Amino acid sequence: MIVIVDYAAGNLTSVKRALDYLKIPSIISPDPKVIASAEQIIFPGVGHAAAAMGTLRQRGLDRALKDAFAAGTPILGICLGTQIILSRAEEGDTACLGLIPGTVPRFKLSDPALKVPHMGWDTIKLTRGHPIFRDIKPGDEYYFVHSYYPKPSDSSAVIATCEYQGEFPAVIGDKNIVGTQFHPEKSGPAGLGILKNFAAWNGAPC
Amino acid sequence: MLSKRIIACLDVRNGKLAKSIKFVNTKDIGDPVDAARKYYEDGIDELVFYDITASSDKRNIMIDVVSKVASQVFIPFSVGGGLRTVEDFTRVRLAGAEKVNVNTAAVSNPQLIADASASLGSQAVVLSMDVLRVGVSPATPSGYEIVTHGGRTRTGIDALAWAKKGEQLGAGELVVNSIDADGTKTGYELTLTRMIAESVGIPVIASGGGGAPEHLYDVLTEGKADAALIASILHYGEYRLRDIKEYLHKRGIKVRLV
Repeated sequence: MIVIVDYAAGNLTSVKRALDYLKIPSIISPDPKVIASAEQIIFPGVGHAAAAMGTLRQRGLDRALKDAFAAGTPILGICLGTQIILSRAEEGDTACLGLIPGTVPRFKLSDPALKVPHMGWDTIKLTRGHPIFRDIKPGDEYYFVHSYYPKPSDSSAVIATCEYQGEFPAVIGDKNIVGTQFHPEKSGPAGLGILKNFAAWNGAPC
Repeated sequence: MLSKRIIACLDVRNGKLAKSIKFVNTKDIGDPVDAARKYYEDGIDELVFYDITASSDKRNIMIDVVSKVASQVFIPFSVGGGLRTVEDFTRVRLAGAEKVNVNTAAVSNPQLIADASASLGSQAVVLSMDVLRVGVSPATPSGYEIVTHGGRTRTGIDALAWAKKGEQLGAGELVVNSIDADGTKTGYELTLTRMIAESVGIPVIASGGGGAPEHLYDVLTEGKADAALIASILHYGEYRLRDIKEYLHKRGIKVRLV
């Protein structure tokens, strides 16, 4: 059973609907005990980093996520969830979970034709293989909405990049955790494929 | 680099499509959920449902449509029409819509844009504006005016000023619908679209006048739009989505091909 972490940060029901459609059992829970005993965890999120971290701490979910990561539970971060995996977010200068060392900077673009947020469909480039990208076609596109992006300190934690006046990490991961900056639950069949692959992943690093 | 988005607009009345849709080689479809799923399978990038239900007591039907679409269609979609309060927006969001579309209600109450943005995040708030070409005057220095009620009511508000104000108040995207071009199928209003796209820092969706694939090409290049809204050319089987996208792709526009 996949547990979707409920910390009052947006698209939880969208993720749940996508999993229901795929007939993958899941529950939404705000309870650290449920997170601790989860077989797999999805950590979604839309909104402000500081507000999200505040709720996580208040509910004791920061500890639960750290423990689950240490215990080897497969974890999938989505959008803000992926950013919060890192150590520090520029948004509100927020200390985050630090499961992967790194920061979350805002896009600083000199090209006036490029808008922030980076919003819409975009292609990604895999820098290495990962079980969640099994059978995914190289030209597939994913739906992004974000003004900040994940930037791991160690480039080996970058699984895929996306191009927006220079490359930025679009998928990051280490050991049993993986995070997408895009929304697989809103990315059509390609995104559903990623959710399906995650559900089949035991967390073993590739 | 982001792909240019093709967005299909569906008018819904009392939970049914206002006009049934004829797909190439298929029977007419009157159910918005079936139509949404078909367009999703064909590779539409986004959908807009416009609720034209007249009586407010039947509006709950739309929430049911939204939640059915959200459980079968896994791309962003927005809902507009008849939404007047933040509570209305929250209901369609909880039912599964990614974005809300505000139009007339924002003209009479601009604060609604700010309230929606504060509550849902600006990425979820699309300001839709109906624009009429009126010529340059002291009240309308851009030469374009905001109108409501399908163009019947003039507001005296300058379209360019309104677009900038909408962005300031927290709209995450703008739909620029040209009343002059709407229904003509002779092409989008390029001057208007470009003027607004070059003056705001948020995505602009061109609307009104799309009658052929080259019209989309024009508005996505010369018109500087980030996305193009289409309706009847798709609904009545004049063009297939795949053909439109392949046409744009061949002419060098990055589009999502599925």
